[in-house]
Amino acid sequence: MNIIKDIKYTVSHEWIRIEGNTARIGITDFAQNQMGTLVFVELPEVDDEVGKGSPLAVVESVKAASDVYAPLSGTITEINEALADNPELINEEPYESWLVTLELSNPSEVAELIDSAEYEKLCQQGE
Amino acid sequence: MRETMMKETSLIFETSQPGRQGYSLPPCDVPEIDLKQLLPEDYLRQTPPALPEVSELDTVRHFTRLSQLNYGLDSGFYPLGSCTMKYNPKVNEVISRFDGFLSIHPYQPEETVQGCLEIMFRLDKILSEITGMDRFSLQPAAGAHGELTGLLAIKAYHTHRGESKRTKIVIPDSAHGTNPASASMAGFDVVQVKSNSRGGVDLTSLREVMSDEIAGLMLTNPNTLGLFDENIKEIAEIIHKAGGLLYYDGANANAILGITRPGDMGFDVVHLNLHKTFGTPHGGGGPGSGPVGVKKDLIPFLPKPLVELRNGQYVLDDDLPLSLGKVRSFYGNFNVLIKAYSYLLSLGAEGLREISENAVLNANYLLHKLKKLFLLPYDRLCMHECVFSGLNHHDQGVAVLDIAKRLLDYGYHPPTIYFPLIVHEALMMEPTETESKETLDEFIETLYSIGEEIKNNPELVRTAPHTTPAQRPDEVGAARNPVVRWKPKIR
Amino acid sequence: MSRYIANTVNQQNKMLQEIGLNTLEDLFIDIPKEVRLKQNLELPKALAEMELVDHLKSLSRKNWSLEENACFLGAGVYDHFIPSVIDTLISRQEFYTAYTPYQPEISQGTLQAIFEFQTMMCELTGMDVANASMYDGASALAEAMLMACQATKRQEILVARTVHPESREVIRTYAAARGITMREIGYSNGSLDLKELESHITSTTAAILVQNPNFFGTIESLREIGEMAHSNKALFIVSADPISLGILKSPGELGADIVVGEGQSLGNPLSFGGPHLGFFCATQKLLRKMPGRIVGETKDKNGKRCFTLTIQAREQHIRREKATSNICSNHALNALTATIYLTILGKQGLQEVAYLCLQKAHYTLKQIESLKGFSPLFTAPFFKEFVVTTPISPEELNRKLLAAKIIGGYSLNKTYPELKNGWMIAVTEKRTKEEIDSLVQRVGGIR
Repeated sequence: MNIIKDIKYTVSHEWIRIEGNTARIGITDFAQNQMGTLVFVELPEVDDEVGKGSPLAVVESVKAASDVYAPLSGTITEINEALADNPELINEEPYESWLVTLELSNPSEVAELIDSAEYEKLCQQGE
Repeated sequence: MRETMMKETSLIFETSQPGRQGYSLPPCDVPEIDLKQLLPEDYLRQTPPALPEVSELDTVRHFTRLSQLNYGLDSGFYPLGSCTMKYNPKVNEVISRFDGFLSIHPYQPEETVQGCLEIMFRLDKILSEITGMDRFSLQPAAGAHGELTGLLAIKAYHTHRGESKRTKIVIPDSAHGTNPASASMAGFDVVQVKSNSRGGVDLTSLREVMSDEIAGLMLTNPNTLGLFDENIKEIAEIIHKAGGLLYYDGANANAILGITRPGDMGFDVVHLNLHKTFGTPHGGGGPGSGPVGVKKDLIPFLPKPLVELRNGQYVLDDDLPLSLGKVRSFYGNFNVLIKAYSYLLSLGAEGLREISENAVLNANYLLHKLKKLFLLPYDRLCMHECVFSGLNHHDQGVAVLDIAKRLLDYGYHPPTIYFPLIVHEALMMEPTETESKETLDEFIETLYSIGEEIKNNPELVRTAPHTTPAQRPDEVGAARNPVVRWKPKIR
Repeated sequence: MSRYIANTVNQQNKMLQEIGLNTLEDLFIDIPKEVRLKQNLELPKALAEMELVDHLKSLSRKNWSLEENACFLGAGVYDHFIPSVIDTLISRQEFYTAYTPYQPEISQGTLQAIFEFQTMMCELTGMDVANASMYDGASALAEAMLMACQATKRQEILVARTVHPESREVIRTYAAARGITMREIGYSNGSLDLKELESHITSTTAAILVQNPNFFGTIESLREIGEMAHSNKALFIVSADPISLGILKSPGELGADIVVGEGQSLGNPLSFGGPHLGFFCATQKLLRKMPGRIVGETKDKNGKRCFTLTIQAREQHIRREKATSNICSNHALNALTATIYLTILGKQGLQEVAYLCLQKAHYTLKQIESLKGFSPLFTAPFFKEFVVTTPISPEELNRKLLAAKIIGGYSLNKTYPELKNGWMIAVTEKRTKEEIDSLVQRVGGIR
């Protein structure tokens, strides 16, 4: 299982790359592995506002569907449209295949995210 | 490998020949008027729908061929857990096709449909006696539809008592997916509770979630592990004390007929699946029927209309001001109701009890005989079905999916797999009472030989099935780029 | 031992012994004593097969079958002719005793038939996608309403009062459960009042729901209604009579986003109201928001074309409380019936059935309106059903017609009291000129 060092995580298996006041968000290698081959990704629309912890996207495999929760509050600035036709990109390169970018409305929430060491511990317990 | 050598079955559209016809209609015997005088031209279709053009023989051959690609209950053993695939008696099919049942319009005057109404009236009484309820609505079309209806009755009951703050339904983690889905459709929030080490509802967790916002609890008993929750009286007390109601999901009622009744366990609302428990055929996915029964206090909230007997005449009463409304057109899947009524009359009270005794006996026999082959997550007597885990075959790289597919090669319908969700690699078997010891013994023997194959030639199992008309369809491809209809080829 | 149980007492004892129990009673040890039944249930005594057949036959004879009475009653379900091949084929055990096709390897028959059904429904309605069927037309319409609210994230719907009264009741039930506001839009001259619609539609409207031909048999101005919906970013939902689609322009062509309907007319017997089937079609864009089962084409491991249930992540067994609907089954056998019906009638036959209904219904109206005291309530174009006012109450009229072995039309007195003594007559291809003339003669003679 692959965990990248210099980015942030959540206990619900999202990864977050902070770029100034913007966050790029995806699902982790652990999460995609649990789901199996993805067949569909439902993304929000640009300019949608999301609150921390609210449903952000849905990823679907043949036998499972899972909500992706917004790890931070903000406004959607970009969605990864390549995923519409190729949801399996998430299986192939989970940390490259971001879902959305978010303009943060409350940057102080970043402090509540966990780092890679903590996330790794969490995944080991879960296995 | 025979079937794989055969060519694909053509779609009916692909066998179509322009100008060929299989129907006959009499000529128009009234004076004809030009279409355009009857309807504005803008309303008229320019291109007819691309329906097939085939002969009657083409039609018969095509659908006969399709039927041969199916596996029916009459084809062989069907131990699908949670589905109660018992034999569907033929006499019920014959009876349900009487003209006096088939060719009846639901809006005919009541005096011309007394036979239909009498059956509904009597069936209500019989189902009430079996479940310990006071009244049934026969309207819901299926189990999930019954769940929605029962939950709406609970909602209407609370609302009527000024308790609309009761917005939460408690559901155990072992429940069928329809339970939370129905609760959500009825506008409730779902609160999940854990199972305890014996597979029942964890009482501590249950007590923790009780509040004045609880509308009720949905429970299947025996539960989806095939285990009877022996704490049922306490569970009922906890819910009732908190002001909630108990909903009985009748999915597993085949275990309790004449043995115990939901009404006596403390349940307030019950739905039954006539297509499981009372022998009506599944039809390849429906139609079923999911009548809902309630205790006295909830009768005013049932869907309308209800059948009443007044001055010797059966009538449809829709003067029910507190009713939850309607959940479908007309009165229910009437033709399915006839079959269940006929089935129940053929059994009587003793026959009914014998059904559950034999269903439970058969399941325990399977459990006992197969526990050396699979893991048994809850090692105790089961009710009408038993749940194993196939995790012990993982070392050989064989999943329960593979075992299920291998059973197809041996001519069986496989058990339910990957359900309930709380058991890893679940394998759920429900033999039903209509199967004999010989059938069970053969099935057991087959599973043991698959066990040998797993040891000696796991590849054979991993790549099964090898003899069926289709083999391991690409489900990822199907879901990723859905093709849900045929389209004519553009030439 | 009762019939349908295979084990003999001897076998039962052997099995108990293997398990390590003494009696059948021991199997139920987990059920607390206080909830065990102490005596037999009070049920009618068991009947032998011939007693059973006698009993049910006598019950069936208490009903007035349409085989012996000419039916002019419609109002949502219709007495169309059912070709003989249908019952022969749906009586094959491989179809009717099979379970849901969760094991595609041994369910290709059911799966392919549903795929063909979905194709036919798309062809009829002019839509991109269809599901494997719903319980009935009314619940399909209610599910369409829920889907529209989810898709638009709006909570208000407008429903034409010309939609079947029972369908509106079902919509009301489903809407109330989810806190959706339902507003009914009135009619003028038997079809949806466009002015009233215009004054009620807003940017919070999730969908407009109409039926076509509507409950009165009148044909609605679908194009205008659809345009009004779309200019407010609302969805346009049409419940259609599938037989009418043999000659009428498809709702898809006229701008519908979701097309549902009651499929009983397609070869299913009336059966006192069920089981029938609902069909459910939509635009491609809405596919993943649809309720119910969907069959998709794919290839198996040998590269052979085959079919499987697909996009199941929408459904209750995976998504649980977040599923698009709680529906688990479909009315597969009724959908198979519809598929065989549309196969045997085919492209030409469906048009002919529709044509015959249209001609006969217009002939019937012409004859009835010539009678004293009878006049059509609306002048708008209609398909196979129409409304006239009657000089005596329709209930009384119908009762008198029974003596002549005629099942008369639907009385609007209860559901549309404002249309006092409205009598709705349906005429299918099955009604002969002789039967129609006899109806007219009888009605004319009643005072």
